[in-house]
Amino acid sequence: MKLQEYTSSRHNFEECMKCTVCTAYCPVLQANPLYPGPKQAGPDGERLRLKAPYFFNQALKYCLNCKRCEVACPSGVNVADLIQSARIKYDTTPPKLRDRMLASTDFMGSLARPVAPVVNAVTGLGVTKTVLDATLKIDRHREFPKYSSRSFERWLKRRRKEQTVFPEQVAYFHGCYVNYNYPQLGKDLVKVLNALGVGVQLLEKEKCCGIALITNGMSGQARKNANHNVAQLRQAVLDKGLKVLTTSSTCALTIRDEYPNLLGVDNADVRESVLLATRFIFEKLEKGASLKFKSGYHRKIAYHTPCHLERMGWGIFSEKLLQMIPGVEFTLLDSNCCGISGTYGFKKENYEVSQAIGEPLFAQIRSVNPEVVACDCETCKWQIEMSTGYTVMNPISILAEAIED
Amino acid sequence: MRFDTVIIGGGLTGMLAGITLQKAGQKTAIISTGQNALHFFSGSFESIKEPSQRIVELFAEAGVRLHYSPGVRLLPLGTFKESALALEDVDIFPTPKFARKVLIVNFSGYHDFFTSFLADGLEKQGMTCRLRFLSLPELETLQQSPSEMRSVQIARVMDRVWEKVVQEVRVLLKDEDAVVLPQVFGLQDTSVPGRIRQGIPAHVVFAGTLPPSVPGIRTLILLKQRYQLLGGTYLMGDEVIRAHTHEGVVHSVATRNLDNHYIEAANFILSTGGYFSKGLISNPFQVLEPVFGLDVEYKEDRNQWYNPTFKEDQPYMHFGVKADENLHALKDGKPLENLFVAGSILGGNRPEFGFAAGQCIKTALFAADQILKK
Ligand SMILES: Cc1cc2nc3c(=O)[nH]c(=O)nc-3n(C[C@H](O)[C@H](O)[C@H](O)COP(=O)(O)OP(=O)(O)OC[C@H]3O[C@@H](n4cnc5c(N)ncnc54)[C@H](O)[C@@H]3O)c2cc1C
Ligand code: SF4
Ligand code: SF4
Repeated sequence: MKLQEYTSSRHNFEECMKCTVCTAYCPVLQANPLYPGPKQAGPDGERLRLKAPYFFNQALKYCLNCKRCEVACPSGVNVADLIQSARIKYDTTPPKLRDRMLASTDFMGSLARPVAPVVNAVTGLGVTKTVLDATLKIDRHREFPKYSSRSFERWLKRRRKEQTVFPEQVAYFHGCYVNYNYPQLGKDLVKVLNALGVGVQLLEKEKCCGIALITNGMSGQARKNANHNVAQLRQAVLDKGLKVLTTSSTCALTIRDEYPNLLGVDNADVRESVLLATRFIFEKLEKGASLKFKSGYHRKIAYHTPCHLERMGWGIFSEKLLQMIPGVEFTLLDSNCCGISGTYGFKKENYEVSQAIGEPLFAQIRSVNPEVVACDCETCKWQIEMSTGYTVMNPISILAEAIED
Repeated sequence: MRFDTVIIGGGLTGMLAGITLQKAGQKTAIISTGQNALHFFSGSFESIKEPSQRIVELFAEAGVRLHYSPGVRLLPLGTFKESALALEDVDIFPTPKFARKVLIVNFSGYHDFFTSFLADGLEKQGMTCRLRFLSLPELETLQQSPSEMRSVQIARVMDRVWEKVVQEVRVLLKDEDAVVLPQVFGLQDTSVPGRIRQGIPAHVVFAGTLPPSVPGIRTLILLKQRYQLLGGTYLMGDEVIRAHTHEGVVHSVATRNLDNHYIEAANFILSTGGYFSKGLISNPFQVLEPVFGLDVEYKEDRNQWYNPTFKEDQPYMHFGVKADENLHALKDGKPLENLFVAGSILGGNRPEFGFAAGQCIKTALFAADQILKK
């Protein structure tokens, strides 16, 4: 029916009562005057877009997809989903070479890993940065994440046998970052889980969760990855009866929520089994399992809740886990966006906005002056380390450091 | 996860109850779907007529300063309403004629502040008014999307450049003995309204704007900080979708985000607000409380829900959840012994606690006291 087509949309669009609450919580609206804000870009704009695609506004690309508007909305409108869906549906401009490169985290990783020392040296050079800045518009201030010459997958495959002896098993969706850039986080998870009597397996073959593909206008590829990953998850969850853990809050949110909501990939039969590792560990400890902590351990920790974890509402598990460690002095940082939002902050045109958004968080970190900042997101880690000089660790790595070897 | 008390709904009511319980040594959590009615808060607690040391101190400990001075306050459209207890930057006057001559100042391009209504209203009370607009370069960038030139956006800028407003107003000021400014000051830096008053040689009145309410959000930020500093756990953006009750006792609740991880507690407070916050919902036949299915007081005949004269008192605003004398929630006529209801979800059921924000404070404290007495 025509009327329906012109007036209804998904993502709880009709629930918006125009209360303006979301506009008070959008980090971009505070820093970038070109951005129309969540209410205008989301439900208000959707009303017009439904009438004619002509009303699609390119400025929607400034949305970080941080989902803070959704957390704030009292009416349950999925504002960020409305915005990202509109970009998927109406934006027909092909993504630039740079955006394609930034988005293809696993492809870039598999290319770079064998020659990691060279790539790391080259991307670290001032001259490379200047060239990237001028040619690809990747901001020169950014530090490129280092590539590791051994992938995590290879490391774990070699230990397959020793992992199978544990009575309980889980599968680990490690994500591109752990595989190519920071295998240590994966090793830390294995250490903690083994200490709890849990062995770790890989999925048969995982692909990048696809979040960077979605935000860089490559939803077709993202959907392919999603379908592939969901099939892999079904194998682990339905055939083998495993839970699937991640250490990245963004991978978890993407697989659980962005797949069905933005890409239309049904994951209902596996969704509840995809968990952030901190939640899994918290629940085990709550049910009576225990970890042996080193005596004399001491860390002053400030915890930053990444936006996507805030949206999932699971920050509480990381917080409570860290607070359980004897010798931890814990501060919960105010919930603010760090400004990087995956590949967003790497783009030259976003650099200043990105830093302006993060400033309240950086200022609070400086004033708390912790030994380490804890956070479950790899891109927050790059941003906070680059902008404040403080070391950022995943809560899992802190746990691994605090328990006996 | 287990707590001593779980509070469902994190508005004014939920936060005050949470702060009171944490102060008494309880381990509590607040679960709240989204933001709350403080975003529309005028800054005045109308129904509280008497001075209360306990209330003033509770707010002061969080850094929210209140003042008690019975009289009238200025509404956004130039009328006046009785008030006694309000935020420090919300004036209460002995009589509506608070000055002889008034300078009303707005920012160019800001449409959410109704200067001509204000002027009409003040002139009715015998005051002469002059309207002026300020253009500050710092606000120009906001005007690129005029639909988003809102109170909070301006307030963020004002936390930095309020001194310029003082200077400009001093230039504009002639022989007026009062200046009316929009309520866009002191969002993060709570000292700003006071410093503006000191800097301008006339009585400065901050008048309400369209939402979001800057004094309301400031209050919310400070109360939430206080609650978390006392060790409270605030689960923002999560929704209680189901409760597990057995023989009149609530054991745990399930939330949208935590799916099969239930939150357990010895006691629960339900402060999910009114229709705006979906603490109460309605369909063409009924008014319902969606989480527990509690008993709701409302009129059977739908024609009696509303008064066709829009400005009249609307009966549906008085509908609310039923509770016994100790604010235990009633379900099928029987009290749930560890579930207390507080705040606007009660509607007009319990006039002895007052109404609106005043009712929220009193019922929050009452419910917390009941739990602590157990
Ligand atoms: C538009 C408007 C303007 C108002 N202006 C004034 C004023 O100027 N002065 C005045 O005195 N009073 C005013 N009020 C009255 C107002 O209701 C109270 O002042 C007070 O702020 C309400 O507080 P509360 O904590 O009871 O409820 P709310 O502030 O409504 O908070 C309830 C919270 O519960 C959450 N929630 C709802 N359902 C669930 C669930 N299932 N699970 C988890 N969380 C849930 C909501 O998202 C919300 O955050 C106004 C009310 C409205 C709606
Ligand atoms: S997702 Fe974040 S950046 Fe995008 S509109 Fe919402 S709050 Fe703003
Ligand atoms: S999206 Fe939600 S918060 Fe934003 S205006 Fe609509 S109802 Fe209010």
